[in-house]
Amino acid sequence: MNTVLFLIVYPVIVALLLLILPQLAIRKFIVVASTAILTAASIYLTATYFNTGAVFFEFGTEALNVGIFAIELVLAATIIIISIKHKQFLAALLMLIGAAMTIWFEQTYGEEIHVANNLFVDNLSLIMTLIIGIVGSLIALFSLGYMEEYHHHHHDMKNRTPFFFFIVYVFLGAMYGVVFANNLMWLLFCWEITTFCSFFLIGYSRDEIATKNAFQALKMNLFGGLGFSAAIILLFMNAHTVELNQLSGLASAVVLLPAALLAFAGITKSAQMPFCSWLLGAMVAPTPVSALLHSSTMVKAGVYLIIRLSPIFAFVQGGATVGLFVAMVGAVTFVLTSFMAISQTDAKRVLAYSTIANLGLIVVCAGIGTYELVWAAIMLVIFHAIAKSLLFLSVGTVEHNLGDRVIESMDGLIVKMPKVAVGMVIGIAGMFLAPFGMLISKWAALEGLVAANPILTVFVAFGSAATLFFWTKWLGKLIMIKEKPADFHPHVPGSQSFTLTCLAIMTVGVCLLFPLISKYSLEPFIASIYGHAYMLDQSNVAILLIMMALVLVLPLRLLSYENLNYKPQYLAGTNLSEKEKFYGSLGLTRDLSMRSFYLASIFGEDKLFKLGVVSSIILILIMIGVGM
Amino acid sequence: MSGMNSWIAVVLYIVLAPIIGGLIAGVDRKISARMQGRFGPPLLQPFYDVFKLMSKENIVVNKHQKFYVLCFLIFVIITGCIFFSGGDLLLAIFALTLGSVFLIIAAYSTYSPYAYIGAEREMLQMMAYEPMVILTIVGMYMVTKSFNVVDIFTYNQPLIYTLPGIFLGFLFILTIKFRKSPFDISMSHHAHQEIVRGVITEFSGKELAYVEIAHWYENVFLLGMVFLFFATNWAIGAAFAVVTYLLEIFIDNNNSRLKWQFALGSAWIVALILGVGNIAVLALK
Repeated sequence: MNTVLFLIVYPVIVALLLLILPQLAIRKFIVVASTAILTAASIYLTATYFNTGAVFFEFGTEALNVGIFAIELVLAATIIIISIKHKQFLAALLMLIGAAMTIWFEQTYGEEIHVANNLFVDNLSLIMTLIIGIVGSLIALFSLGYMEEYHHHHHDMKNRTPFFFFIVYVFLGAMYGVVFANNLMWLLFCWEITTFCSFFLIGYSRDEIATKNAFQALKMNLFGGLGFSAAIILLFMNAHTVELNQLSGLASAVVLLPAALLAFAGITKSAQMPFCSWLLGAMVAPTPVSALLHSSTMVKAGVYLIIRLSPIFAFVQGGATVGLFVAMVGAVTFVLTSFMAISQTDAKRVLAYSTIANLGLIVVCAGIGTYELVWAAIMLVIFHAIAKSLLFLSVGTVEHNLGDRVIESMDGLIVKMPKVAVGMVIGIAGMFLAPFGMLISKWAALEGLVAANPILTVFVAFGSAATLFFWTKWLGKLIMIKEKPADFHPHVPGSQSFTLTCLAIMTVGVCLLFPLISKYSLEPFIASIYGHAYMLDQSNVAILLIMMALVLVLPLRLLSYENLNYKPQYLAGTNLSEKEKFYGSLGLTRDLSMRSFYLASIFGEDKLFKLGVVSSIILILIMIGVGM
Repeated sequence: MSGMNSWIAVVLYIVLAPIIGGLIAGVDRKISARMQGRFGPPLLQPFYDVFKLMSKENIVVNKHQKFYVLCFLIFVIITGCIFFSGGDLLLAIFALTLGSVFLIIAAYSTYSPYAYIGAEREMLQMMAYEPMVILTIVGMYMVTKSFNVVDIFTYNQPLIYTLPGIFLGFLFILTIKFRKSPFDISMSHHAHQEIVRGVITEFSGKELAYVEIAHWYENVFLLGMVFLFFATNWAIGAAFAVVTYLLEIFIDNNNSRLKWQFALGSAWIVALILGVGNIAVLALK
């Protein structure tokens, strides 16, 4: 209980300290110490509660609720003022409606609301805790070196690093709040704070595009927040509860519409179609922000909420239909964003599309909500959080050294920056190849879907094929062996290489340890809801582990090659004595260079995006309609 | 198949698959030659080729390519081992994908333009056939309620009765998998000039032999997949596997290579119509 509170409050205190103490040395000390403390506290909490099942805490006083209400109003006023200042009247209006709903609700029903348990811990929140505590604070650590370099590369930009760290730590506190809250009003409060953090961090550079994209993200997430507020109000009016753990026990007539609205909020937060443009726009933020908010934690809050709803989709009468349409939104998103990722040249944009696609797959699993699929969904959350933050941070590191983040510039990265490249290779392999994590969960997802709804496997089949294409072509670029330019001297600060190393080890580590994670964490959790648990077949797990061992051991073979006769590559007889140059037409010496397929005529954004927006809006309308 | 039996199957596969695969390649070359009005090489020519390649000097652009090709061979063999030991079909396909990715990055690692274009086209081919492969397994599960080859193999009715669409769709993508015209866009046994030899341009000696052997293993695995559709009767199953391969040779010799757009488009349309159609029918039943 105390640890739970500590995890919520401590990051906020750190945030305030970092804001009022802008000295670099002090910041370094505080961030390093906080990384250790948050990691330790998260692990301690997990160790305490992983065996206890769900534990609920009453915690909460009238004063606290008044305090939260006051903070909500102050924040709302701030956002409205900022929006009006930037002539973003829609954002102001959405915020105003949200605030009005909260005030009206508090005024009308405030007296009647009695919450038995405000906070709780179960294995799903523990898994999220570990992701926030370990991955989150590692990313904060990475930011130490990164933000220095960032301002070195953008000297004309005002240095607001203390503000950056302030928001990052407030965000961590709010994320803990999201995963521990049982009182939906508290959950919404923390949810909205993460929206605001995202808004401030996307707009960090304060240039025109950043500001525009920040407001876009704000508008879409506030719109989702309205759905959340409406769900709470409806729930209380019809069922007199605002507690998350009560939902799946409610009658179908009372709970379906709120569930649909909450799923809608989750869909906006997880940047599913038609809302995925905000996450693409969010890529203007400094890279640690993309890693922290827009891949490993905040967008996961959306799918976290949908996973919480999956017992409703599975058990409540009529829930399956609502869940099916939730899943369809995820399926459409998964396929189309995987396709569009093929046509992207900007590494961060590829990562963004892939993030949206994977969130889509999680939404598919949670929407159908059978016990196998919930297993797959949670595993996807874990694997994705680690591998994707590794990839984002690696791209950030590479960008500072190469000067851009275009995939075409990453030719031969394995020669130029071997360690970072190996990290990226691990991250990419982790995203789509056996025996790595995402594939394990994709496999479980396929198994679960074919049993529950075979037509949905069609989406997975086509989406996965596209996934294979865009990851492999990136992988190929990284591992090309070419001459290292003499004047290239990469620099990676210690805090960055430490974080990258940790994340790379964790990416491989969770693949080796996943049977244990499943046994001690997921299976008891799922069994407590569904009565029986899911795990991949033992012999398959054994084969996966053997494959993993091979993948780890085989590279040793590289050390033992001898007596090789090295020759330059075949260039149709026009090779020159200089490497990687050839004798071109008109007798000119030309550099060897190669460009990948992006297939824009087939997988371009213009057509596919519209298709996705239209079809997903229809699906969402049906989803909410079915809820009524 | 449990315990002992599956180990025996694995050993038999590892030993026999290259022999069978090599013989198939020999027959293939012979029949192709006759179709083209040539006499053709001896039946055992593929083995002579591979033995000769094994004894050649190690010429490489870099040492990484050797490593990746080795991994390609190992994971293709693992694919067959999973399959013939009666294991999980999805896992077998995932292992094959991993192997194929190793071949592609072996080509990339050489930084050679011809290998590069071959690698890119190889990925296109993978993207083209992958959905149909997954749908095939989904279909098999829907009928037999299992992903395990052993359960599918012992199912009491030939799958072809319930999965005719999926079988035809699978046949279609087999042409890509066997690297036959009109879909041999990433590499070729013939002297197609514009990409030299595509993916395998930079491999020589032992590497090239490994690639060849891996294809033998892979082809035996693929014919095993064909066999699964008729598994209630060994003779009919084997006959269909043979007919399928003869059909592929026929298609190979009667088509010229087409563009990648056609490979991707046609394979996906086939998967959508035959594969998804078949699954929809099963789901509605």
